[in-house]
Amino acid sequence: MTSSPEKSYPKFDGIPKSTGETIYADDIQLPDMLYAKLVYSNTPFGKIKKIDCSRAQKIEGVVGFLTGKDIPISYGILPVSQDEYALAQDTVRYVGEPVVAVLAVDELVCEDAAEKISIEYDKYKPVMDIDSALNPAYNKIHKDSRADANIHKSIPLDFGDLLENGTGYDYEREDIIFYQGSNHLPMEQHSCVAVFSKSGRLTLYSSTQTPHYVHRTLSKVLGLPETKIRVVATPVGGGFGGKSDPFPHEIVASKFSMIYKKPVKITLTREEVFYTHRGRHPVLMKIKTKWDKKKLDSIRSMEFHSILDGGAYGSYGVATTYYTGALQTVTYKVDNYSFRGTRVYTNKPPCGPKRGHGTPQPRFAVEVHLDKVAEDLKVDPIELRKKILVKDNTITANWLKVSTISLDECIDKVLEASKWKEKFGKLPYGRGIGFACSSYLSGAGLPIYWNPLPHSAVQLRADRSGLVTVYCGAADIGQGSDSVLVEIVSKILGLDPFKDVALITSDTDLTPVDLGSYSSRVTLMCGNAAIQAAQRLKEFIIKAISAELKCGENEIDFRDSHVLVSNGKKQLSFKEAVIMAEKKFGALCTTGSYAPPPSPGKFKGSGVGPSPCYSYSSAIVELAVDPDSGLVNMEKIWVAHDIGKAINKMLSIGQVEGSVYMGLGEALYEEQIFRKGVHKFPSILEYKSPTSLEMPEIETFLVERPDPNGPFGGKEVGQGPLLPIPPAIANAIYNAVGVRIDELPFTPEKVLKGLKLKKEGKEARVGFNKFPEIKYPPALKVKTQGQGGDGTAEGVEEYVHRGT
Amino acid sequence: MDKKTRVSCTVNGRQYELLINPRKTLLEIIREDIGLTGTKHGCELGECGTCTILVDGEPVLSCLAIGLDYDGCNITTIEGVEKDGDIHPLQKYFAEYGAAQCGYCTPGIILVAKKLLDSNPKPTRQEITKAISGNLCRCTGYIKIFEAIESAASELNK
Repeated sequence: MTSSPEKSYPKFDGIPKSTGETIYADDIQLPDMLYAKLVYSNTPFGKIKKIDCSRAQKIEGVVGFLTGKDIPISYGILPVSQDEYALAQDTVRYVGEPVVAVLAVDELVCEDAAEKISIEYDKYKPVMDIDSALNPAYNKIHKDSRADANIHKSIPLDFGDLLENGTGYDYEREDIIFYQGSNHLPMEQHSCVAVFSKSGRLTLYSSTQTPHYVHRTLSKVLGLPETKIRVVATPVGGGFGGKSDPFPHEIVASKFSMIYKKPVKITLTREEVFYTHRGRHPVLMKIKTKWDKKKLDSIRSMEFHSILDGGAYGSYGVATTYYTGALQTVTYKVDNYSFRGTRVYTNKPPCGPKRGHGTPQPRFAVEVHLDKVAEDLKVDPIELRKKILVKDNTITANWLKVSTISLDECIDKVLEASKWKEKFGKLPYGRGIGFACSSYLSGAGLPIYWNPLPHSAVQLRADRSGLVTVYCGAADIGQGSDSVLVEIVSKILGLDPFKDVALITSDTDLTPVDLGSYSSRVTLMCGNAAIQAAQRLKEFIIKAISAELKCGENEIDFRDSHVLVSNGKKQLSFKEAVIMAEKKFGALCTTGSYAPPPSPGKFKGSGVGPSPCYSYSSAIVELAVDPDSGLVNMEKIWVAHDIGKAINKMLSIGQVEGSVYMGLGEALYEEQIFRKGVHKFPSILEYKSPTSLEMPEIETFLVERPDPNGPFGGKEVGQGPLLPIPPAIANAIYNAVGVRIDELPFTPEKVLKGLKLKKEGKEARVGFNKFPEIKYPPALKVKTQGQGGDGTAEGVEEYVHRGT
Repeated sequence: MDKKTRVSCTVNGRQYELLINPRKTLLEIIREDIGLTGTKHGCELGECGTCTILVDGEPVLSCLAIGLDYDGCNITTIEGVEKDGDIHPLQKYFAEYGAAQCGYCTPGIILVAKKLLDSNPKPTRQEITKAISGNLCRCTGYIKIFEAIESAASELNK
């Protein structure tokens, strides 16, 4: 294995982003461009009776309109959830759902026209929460819901023996916990420009994390062959998962451009971004664990139930539902595991993937639950976790393969730095310290649609100027994938990324397919593909030099933009070396590609959860709770992250800090909530997210022990460190004032409510007390490895994945 | 269609004579009529700070400013922060420290920071925190931004 780059280069796209040079989607201005606006449903649930555009049509500057009948083909990010339309067909399912699109000479005219369009509905009683969704009295939001309720998906999975005969354990505990939904709130609103050329080719420039999936969707919905469509992902001004679906504005802009043969731009307003959503699913959870108190070396069994409030459409929801049950087992030893997951439809904007995709919710439940178990068993909460950590090369009860886990070291880092032992249980009333761990994927093991092809590919071109150009489908959404690509290629070829390398990304005409910037897959998958492509280029150059200069192939070394020959006796510039290789082989282009290793699970549902390797995080927070106001004041956060090996330490620490920030926002302030069917506050002023004033000091530790599957041993860092923050804060609040807040966000109102209950001598706990009964079909039963299982479900043949 | 109005202003030292739609905000005039797209927008309601520019050296939320009110003003946008072709130390350290992740809030924050350093060359961490508290950043957790502003201040004070 080649050693990792040690120097932290500045961010590859840092200068253009700091000077205003970077062109985001809304910055694109094309000659003769028209503008479009989507007109939204103002009713949460109803049938469209009448659409009247006649008054809008009279406005000078209005060019045209589209309604559902103009784009009648459905789509969706998952093959199993093709339930969306660019414009509503006959039913609207949430306030903010696009119904009509208007095209005009500028945005002001669009706005004037939108106000003059009238849409009449037959209204139904909206389904606004989990309880209503489970109530058969409400109308069905979708025809494919389960017969008895607005249930989108039910998953029952059993792994091993759940100790139902009462033996094998002597302590059990059950908790009900709720995680509120939130929006990604990227600073850049979604935007796209579509250009349909007179020669019949469509180009879409869009702020998207997944240009490949947008490409496929446009082809399906617009009826154009994929070869006639080019999708270019512009630099994404913040994604966090919110720009991972194909969206109505992308389809509508394209359709308008095809009809009027002019460039068409749509940029969403902030209010519209809240309606577009795809944010964190609100999830109600029930967790029950059984323990052998004398041994305390594993969780003997865990039963985990989750109910996801999915909003009005499928989006990634089926995958999200599986994810709420997948990663519980990769941090702590769980001998036997059972999962029941249900996603319901509600008349709210669709939920989808937000940083951590379906895993922060169960992680919150697990880590708060473990804190309570530790208290019941009178064990230090950190000691308890250290006793039950998963080890390297484990196959978990639910058949996930853990290659390396450095969580033990992560725990020690934050334990020592925070002086936990001097503080836990010893701080004065009102001050608290709390702890939690977590894990996340370094890339989803399976693609979203079934295919046997690479998940990532990188193409390299070296030309006689000495320049190496890197081509890759990956979209930089701020996480630093551009830097990762150029730094890896530079390291292998001994180049300076800022002098010798150019980068072309996320353009379906120019770059090989990468599945997209989601599931923390880019560093690992594109990184491995880049290594392969760079090594192949290196081989061409080595062979040419060896032949021309008559030296051994193993006597050639690449460093400082030069090639050292005959163990350094002779030196060529990289440019001279490339010319030598081009002379011998012709134009120099190489490719590298990557597909994850197969996973050991062979049952239906085993496709969600596997990853080439898992990252791990631990966090300790210290805070103060004001018992008079209920305000929580964050003082310091220590976080350690098992990154395998950092490709760029500075950028990796930036990812940790950003993740901590986002976790903090979800824990304390942010909630996507509704009143009378309408979003309660679709604006940045009222939807509170942390400013610089709310940001505590963060001390970050990167724990580096290379994983064999990562590029140079590297694992993900962009999502995982968010996960331990909400539970660590909840545990610290309890430590500070003795109040358990079992639901996010931890608002002052909830803290005061808990304190009041405590004062009244009642259980000082704020949260749900009841968990709805849901009837599940018979569970898929899978024997664990310890039981001699082979990864298949009992009585069922090996499941062959066809995508989620 | 709205009747257009004549406006003149100086942006980054260059004089502009414009015929503008009187309903347009200063943000729209800078981005669309002048074509300087370095100034971004995140809410169009004055809530996020992304669209901050400097008018006569003072930070202004350009999304709330009606263009007509700024006739004759001297405006600095992110494109005008460079001096004699060299990038400003703030820009250098934002790039160097990864203080610009997605980069979308960066122009607004750099202009606020420039105003801070112009009037207070040695700000404390607390003063920096306060100065940028009207600018949301969803990527960095602000830490790298604080560090970049501090390093730029040190360099400017050399």
